[in-house]
Amino acid sequence: MKAAPFDYVRVESLEELFSLMGAIGDDALILAGGQSLVPAMAMRMARPRLLLDVNHIPGLSGVTLGDSALHIGALTRYHELAASPEIARHAPLIAAAVPLIAHEAIRSRGTLGGNIAHADPASEMPAVLLALDATIHAESGQGGRTIPACDFFLGTYETALAPGEIVRSVSIPRPQRAERSAIDEVVRRAGDYAMAGAAIRLVAEAGRVAEARIALFGVADRALRCAPAEEALRGAEIAALPIEEAVAALRDALEPLADLHAGAATKRHLAGVVTGRLLAGLQEEHENG
Amino acid sequence: MDSLFPLTLRLNGQQVRHEVTQRTTLAEFLRQTAGLTATHIGCEHGVCGACTVMVDGRIVRGCLMFALQAEGAEVTTLEGLAQDAAMQALQKRFHEHNALQCGFCTSGMLITARALLEDNPRPSRDQVREHLSGNYCRCTGYQAIVEATLGAAGDIEEGAA
Amino acid sequence: MTEQRTLPGAAGLVGSRLPREAARRHARGGGRFVDDIAFARLAHVAFVRSPYAHARITGIETAAARALPGVLAVVTGEDLKPLCHPWVGVLNHFPGLKSAPQYPLAIDAARWNGEPVVAVVAESRALAEDGADLVEVSYEPLPPVLDLDAAQAPGAPVVHPDLEDNLAFALELDTGGVEAVFAEAALVVEDEFRFGRHTALTLEPRSLVADFDPALRQLTVHHATQTPFQMQDVYARHLGLEEADVRVVAPDVGGSFGMKLHVYGEEMATCALSVLLGRPVKFVADRLESFQTDIHARDHRVRARMAVSEEGEILAMDVVDETGIGPYSVYPRTSAVEGNQAIRLMGGPYRMPAYRGRLKVVFQNKTPMCQYRAVGHPVACAVTEGLVDKAAARLGLDPLEMRRRNVVTQDMYPHRSPTGYMFERLSHEECAARIEQMMGYARLRDEQAELRARGIHRGIGFATFIEITNPGPAFYGVGGARISAQDGCVMKMEPSGQIRVDVSVTEQGQGTETIMAQIAATHLGVPLSDVRVYTGDTRSSPYGGATWASRGAGVGGPTVMKTAQALRDNILDVAATILQARPEELALRDGCIVDAAGSVRMDLAELGRIAYFRPDTLPADYHPELTVARHYVPQGYPFAFTNGIQASHLEVDTETGLVRLLDHWVVEDCGTVINPLLVDEQVRGGVVQGLGAALFEEVLYNSEGALTTATMADYLAPMAGEMPDIHVGHVVTPTLTSPLGAKGVGEAGTAAAPAAVMNAINDALSPFGAELRQMPFTPERILAALGKI
Ligand SMILES: Cc1cc2nc3c(=O)[nH]c(=O)nc-3n(C[C@H](O)[C@H](O)[C@H](O)COP(=O)(O)OP(=O)(O)OC[C@H]3O[C@@H](n4cnc5c(N)ncnc54)[C@H](O)[C@@H]3O)c2cc1C
Ligand code: FES
Ligand code: FES
Repeated sequence: MKAAPFDYVRVESLEELFSLMGAIGDDALILAGGQSLVPAMAMRMARPRLLLDVNHIPGLSGVTLGDSALHIGALTRYHELAASPEIARHAPLIAAAVPLIAHEAIRSRGTLGGNIAHADPASEMPAVLLALDATIHAESGQGGRTIPACDFFLGTYETALAPGEIVRSVSIPRPQRAERSAIDEVVRRAGDYAMAGAAIRLVAEAGRVAEARIALFGVADRALRCAPAEEALRGAEIAALPIEEAVAALRDALEPLADLHAGAATKRHLAGVVTGRLLAGLQEEHENG
Repeated sequence: MDSLFPLTLRLNGQQVRHEVTQRTTLAEFLRQTAGLTATHIGCEHGVCGACTVMVDGRIVRGCLMFALQAEGAEVTTLEGLAQDAAMQALQKRFHEHNALQCGFCTSGMLITARALLEDNPRPSRDQVREHLSGNYCRCTGYQAIVEATLGAAGDIEEGAA
Repeated sequence: MTEQRTLPGAAGLVGSRLPREAARRHARGGGRFVDDIAFARLAHVAFVRSPYAHARITGIETAAARALPGVLAVVTGEDLKPLCHPWVGVLNHFPGLKSAPQYPLAIDAARWNGEPVVAVVAESRALAEDGADLVEVSYEPLPPVLDLDAAQAPGAPVVHPDLEDNLAFALELDTGGVEAVFAEAALVVEDEFRFGRHTALTLEPRSLVADFDPALRQLTVHHATQTPFQMQDVYARHLGLEEADVRVVAPDVGGSFGMKLHVYGEEMATCALSVLLGRPVKFVADRLESFQTDIHARDHRVRARMAVSEEGEILAMDVVDETGIGPYSVYPRTSAVEGNQAIRLMGGPYRMPAYRGRLKVVFQNKTPMCQYRAVGHPVACAVTEGLVDKAAARLGLDPLEMRRRNVVTQDMYPHRSPTGYMFERLSHEECAARIEQMMGYARLRDEQAELRARGIHRGIGFATFIEITNPGPAFYGVGGARISAQDGCVMKMEPSGQIRVDVSVTEQGQGTETIMAQIAATHLGVPLSDVRVYTGDTRSSPYGGATWASRGAGVGGPTVMKTAQALRDNILDVAATILQARPEELALRDGCIVDAAGSVRMDLAELGRIAYFRPDTLPADYHPELTVARHYVPQGYPFAFTNGIQASHLEVDTETGLVRLLDHWVVEDCGTVINPLLVDEQVRGGVVQGLGAALFEEVLYNSEGALTTATMADYLAPMAGEMPDIHVGHVVTPTLTSPLGAKGVGEAGTAAAPAAVMNAINDALSPFGAELRQMPFTPERILAALGKI
């Protein structure tokens, strides 16, 4: 289990990065936290000819608060997400998701940008970004563009990034109204990838659900929102959420993909359980003020 | 193609310079190039925790970093913590509680446990279990490791008081 | 060391909670495993492996690999043929057992996904893997034999055409009269039980460095093995070397659990390659290779029924066990042992008069299956205990009461089981009483009822067990295997008065060395800190069986005890000569020679000085004998059975199917407990392996026979977060067959934990009428049993 040979460059700037990517093309891969790429290389499932270590490019890391959004650099590591006061305040769902990802030693290195570029369908963060209505800032030698999270994840390990494009940062709109969010998953062991999970955000207006976002992970080839379940919640009193209807709508709509440890029926069932429990928790939180 | 690159870093408190190939992982570098064999390799894909070491003050998987990524970093292995008070407290308790059998997981366990106690000097039993849950041990039933960690937390607190 | 130097007199050592010196060393990072040892001119091997479960090898193209800089050799199965004789995993005491010759590398056909086909040796492991990437093997895929039924179906494809069918071994045990008992029984319960494949998953992978000296034709192998002597014999015979020219050294071994004593193609190839190249060659399995080629275990399907009287008396069991062993019976112990033990251990704790057990061992195109911790026990235990609980539920009896009514009682020993096992003396009743009190059984039942009313589903499950330990002289050897069932010890008094012990049992972390030191110190009468124990090197150690089947303490212990007593007698003889006293008047206490009045006459350093450096002061023709060797053959019974009971307390989330383990109790009787600190953690480690089997671990293959659980992210092992606290209690019934009274303890935890969990889950789910019999008990299986999916 040794990586195939490759060349390694510690990239110092975006210009250098893009020019190397342009020159080498698909055979070059970005090394961010390395927590998915290095094992894939060890198993020779990933065989880059050139490894571009972006960990030392200035300005790719950190959380900044803008007027209307929170901006998170692609290279921001999980442990930094968990410790950031801005995230705790303006996007607590992200902070809540971090402890569900792997273990402390992996959270020391893994990055938000690497996570979403990797696009593992069982990962928490893509669903979190869907629930938070995030946008992803992609950049290439030709310039930058903004991709809504809902258009970013295209399939297992597949994203909307074009060749030569990287994730530069992620923006989370700052909440304008009262909202509550929560995330949970079913795992057999702490830190495992989810058998099924959900990230939920409810925007409240006068005690009612103005907007509901239910994003599921570990159930399909990508994180996905469940419109029928969201629909079932819209307009409902937060103190009396139609949880059963929402769960039933979710189970009706969901066509899960089996993985090694859980079949489609199991995933459909579990996605419903997690969603139901999260909604019950949000309702209770609301009642407790 | 493999070529040799210079690598300069602070290793266990000493500035050192070595040469490594691009694909040498940090764990392999520590064991093979630097001769620090306390760090073990159990899976090479990030799951078992045997290779856990500290880089710039945080625990990481030594098998999931290439050695060249540690250029300029501060890397600490179990060997480098011989004089560390928290580590000594853990080592004493691991011995007393028989918190290891074959010892293959031990370095990773100790370093992971030490990181917990640094962050949370008085962890609960469940917090210890949760924090250590990324470190595999096939021999013990984990319980002695949990007890040794809790015991060391108490010792450190007493020592500090 | 200070702790040990202030220990009380030696007499108190056996039974003390003494920590291991080795633990102090490992905790400081001082372990020395095979992969830690530096060798000059070391070459590394990697293997090209079959991507197919079953395929004909039609061509091998190695030129590109050979041309790669850094590659030293590319070797096929044909190339190794002249260097290494094939082996066949059969033994005479399993009549009818068949298997095919096995070579280090596949020749002509590959028979499981991951079987090594070509070896590439290079200057580094990474380069060897680069070379392996360049080897092109052409295959013609053959239909794989995977499923137990498909393997036995008429006209099924066969794994080995020369063997005609896929039935490797069959066995039937029958006391007679079983059908009649079932026909008349008040109650018959039956079920089908399934046990997934697992694997030992030692954290240190299989590792060895073979170093051949071409001038002397001597081979030294540093090998992570439990059984250096067995491997010395295997290497010598199969590589055509003199036994005396093969040295096997087991340094620190990072866990073994029965997995590191089998003969693997990679190990044989590595040694043969060292012979071929005349330089040291290292093989350290990577994790993928471990999953593909370390022996797997279990993989049983058991159909069983139990006949019970109205009063809850177990009258008979009737069992059919089918097990898949992969394409070969593993050498040299065979893959018949697990099934054989499974059907013999059924019903073992109980007074059941009639029994019929039928075993079928079938070949498949999967990784070879063989002995791993608790061989056969978890299968027998889960089947028996599952049916006991089922019968109890039908009769409205409390499960603990049902067991009490049926266990072999104190007045019945020695007792012979219907399958022919002899029990010297077990303590089922005491163990049950003890666990009931330890766990606060009545209170737990009340709490269970109360919580159930609130929709919280907790379960309590018991499993009574017996464990085979200390196999006697008639094990393996009778079948023709050159595996020793005796052990040896050499003990030397150094001039300083300190004691060096070389013993043939080995250490993999269980604490063998500490236990042997305790025994030596106790029976010599010296401080523990004066004893050093060395194991694991065939060049310096006396010959013996080493460590397997929970025999280290039980067989190695008396060996050391006997040797210590002999050395003590010799020391006293020397002392008597020096002091012009009679040996009977003297004793050795705390490292000093004392007289009848208890006064210290001299210490051992003084005795050593005189004996070694001033023999001129001793009478003419007096020769102090301060090194002795003794061997010990286990006596009396074929095995020293231990027994005990486990209980699991858990909570099932009936919505998610997740099981949360709350607490686990074990009361066990391994006879004299030499070191409770070590025994308790052995038990806990064993329990956790059993809990892994119950909830997490399962080797999976796809429909083509490709291994799909090939990483530690896919093969789920138990981790600290999900494991409960495990409470261990002891009942002590020393075995009279050994002077030490100690039996083994290595496998007890693993034997019964899965059964206890199964019964607890089924107890928790009893309000729903759901019942699970297929391990591991995954959320999916639980949800299916609950009818939720
Ligand atoms: C034992 C273990 C358990 C884990 N459990 C979980 C879990 O429960 N949940 C979970 O979500 N993840 C889990 N992970 C994966 C972890 O979260 C990874 O950190 C993450 O998937 C990838 O982030 P990274 O920064 O490490 O990326 P890398 O591994 O460095 O890169 C991943 C991929 O993304 C590309 N890439 C990286 N950064 C960028 C960028 N800015 N722009 C474009 N492409 C980029 C790389 O080229 C590579 O192809 C686990 C990992 C391990 C080892
Ligand atoms: S060797 Fe690095 S986590 Fe297992
Ligand atoms: S002590 Fe052996 S793996 Fe932990």
